[in-house]
Amino acid sequence: MTEQDILEALTMVFRDVFDQDSITLRPETTADDIEGWDSQAHITLVVATEMRFGIKFRTGELEGLHNVGDFVRLIQARMGGSPGIQGRTG
Amino acid sequence: MEQLAWLPIHSDFAAALRGTRAEADTERRLTHLCGLAGYQRDFVATEKLDRTLQATLSALAPADRPAALPLRQARLAVLSSHTIDHLMPAIRVGGLAHGVILSTHVGHYGTYRQSLMEVDPDLLEFAPQFLLLALDAHEMPSSLPFDASESDVADAIQGYVDNLRDLWRFGRQRYSAQVIQQTFVAADPPLFGSYDGLVPASPIAFTEQLNKAMRSAARQEGILLLDLAWLARTWPEDAVFDPVRWHQAKQLIAPHFAPEYGDWVARIIAASLGLSRKCLVLDLDNTIWGGVVGDDGIEGIRLGQGDPLGEAFLDFQRYIAALGRRGVVLAVCSKNDPAIAESAFCQHPEMVLRRSDIASFVANWDDKAGNLRRIAGELNLGLDSFVFVDDNPAERLIIRRELPMVAVPELPADAAYYGKRLADAGYFEAASLTSDDLARGRSYQASAERQAILSRATDMTEYLKSLSMTLVASEIGPVDFPRAVQLINKSNQFNLTTRRYTDAELQDLLADPAVVGMCFRLKDRFGDNGLISIILARPDDQWGKNALLIDTWLMSCRVLGRQVEAAALEVVTQEAARRGAQALIGEYRPTPRNELVSRHYEKLGFSPVEAPDPHVQGASFWRFDIAAATPPHFITVERLT
Repeated sequence: MTEQDILEALTMVFRDVFDQDSITLRPETTADDIEGWDSQAHITLVVATEMRFGIKFRTGELEGLHNVGDFVRLIQARMGGSPGIQGRTG
Repeated sequence: MEQLAWLPIHSDFAAALRGTRAEADTERRLTHLCGLAGYQRDFVATEKLDRTLQATLSALAPADRPAALPLRQARLAVLSSHTIDHLMPAIRVGGLAHGVILSTHVGHYGTYRQSLMEVDPDLLEFAPQFLLLALDAHEMPSSLPFDASESDVADAIQGYVDNLRDLWRFGRQRYSAQVIQQTFVAADPPLFGSYDGLVPASPIAFTEQLNKAMRSAARQEGILLLDLAWLARTWPEDAVFDPVRWHQAKQLIAPHFAPEYGDWVARIIAASLGLSRKCLVLDLDNTIWGGVVGDDGIEGIRLGQGDPLGEAFLDFQRYIAALGRRGVVLAVCSKNDPAIAESAFCQHPEMVLRRSDIASFVANWDDKAGNLRRIAGELNLGLDSFVFVDDNPAERLIIRRELPMVAVPELPADAAYYGKRLADAGYFEAASLTSDDLARGRSYQASAERQAILSRATDMTEYLKSLSMTLVASEIGPVDFPRAVQLINKSNQFNLTTRRYTDAELQDLLADPAVVGMCFRLKDRFGDNGLISIILARPDDQWGKNALLIDTWLMSCRVLGRQVEAAALEVVTQEAARRGAQALIGEYRPTPRNELVSRHYEKLGFSPVEAPDPHVQGASFWRFDIAAATPPHFITVERLT
């Protein structure tokens, strides 16, 4: 999947979790931009994302994400089995 | 492995949930949500359902909720040593699937000790009825050297268990809550391999012994268990526990696993409230034996040794028979020729289930929904206490549609897993085990014989006399206490006020010498019916010093129409008189289930009186002069002291 494909699929995950069809994700979107994206919702998002893409994030690699773009690249790395972006963001 | 595997899969859960949210009428929305909770759902879907549920409930005043549906309400506080917030939606939705609207409170992370040993004002205000103490093995580690002796280990464990006992007592005394203790799961992998079990101080052996000691203490203290250590055994370890989430957010239970875990918690609460299922209704062909007896003949069905499939069905029958022995009422509902179906029970040499194990046996060609209604009538049990097991998906679908209150498990393709599926569903979760449970099978059989006499007897009086009944009355003592709590929490039909009490609340009430707390057993020529009625009468400010208010009067429907009410009233008037009361006040609080007793007090000769303020809407009040004569009956009354 390209980053664009992942971004689109991730948008659907967000819409589903938040029940908001108006959500549109961009790489620069952050938690502050989306109403209801609190720590509880974050766990739901992570679980829903793992389910949607059939991946498993590794310990510690979610903590350094700054925005949706980082998240998309991490998803892509996990799908491809590459070491991810842990080094870059941590 | 799929979670909630006994629940059917919805063809479009997301759309159904959206449809529910569009429903303007809150009561109807609640009914829909209740239905959706009964489908398989993952973590995200469960959380979304909960969000809609909470929004719906906040639109309904708490007082309107019980009237809205035949749903119960309960308050659960979870005190834990790990993060639990991500599990709460699934616990609440699990509650809904079991017929309970759960209000929940989560203690501050890691402060369970303070919440119990000191007064926690938030918790006090919440007033939990149930208190789940969810601890993890990090809280009670072994700090002993690996060569510590068994007795050193036992001492260390004793210390931890004494500590827990203190916490439980605080839970009970401060908050009047029923405590549910979660068992421990070893936090670390084995150190010695299989040899861990031979080293008493190894972490795995230590945790195991801690659980053992804790179970025994829980039994003594009246604490219920959420036996995570046992429940988790049937799952791959990484399905239940995820070390990534532990490090990320101190979540002991993985979010993915929330739906199953939530059901585990909810079913214990439902069981305490008396909502566990009571009756297992079985299809026959390809459900309890292989093949179709009408086509294959008795000798042709697959059941018994020497045939793997026959052995699988044999095992399933053994499991069902054991359920029968622990008090689950067994019934048969099958599309079959009745004579052939019965003959399989009587003539097949390998049948484990006997005809006499089956309290109601219906084999015919009518539709099964009608037959289930008929069985419910015959056994005097509500359809909401039924589990219907049928290998045929079409029949399951029809029953779910026609009788949504009946639990209908999805069955696995292989009969070897039928028993496990039934167990996984937790339909018969217990919160106590009484001698009445164990005698229930016999009692339902005797009941059928009584029915037979009644259908022959032309004269009701002669019939009642011929039963040679003795009512044994006693104050609710330690022996009867668990059964009394069970009845108080599950009786719906013959229950004048439907007041529910937890262990702790009832204990408090009975500690007052001014309170009359009686339980009644009924014996007759067919045997002992067990504890069948409870009456609680207490002083009440609204009714002054000279009267006792009958707070609770309930009776098992098994003994309806036997004049037990009149004999029980006789006993209660005597008890009230001994306490100096001059009148009894009866109260009837209507519910969707207790229309049966709306004229109870009138029939016993009580006179209507004006309702005091405040009173429950629709309630009626009745007065009985202690000096007045109680109605006649044919029961010998025996008062145990």
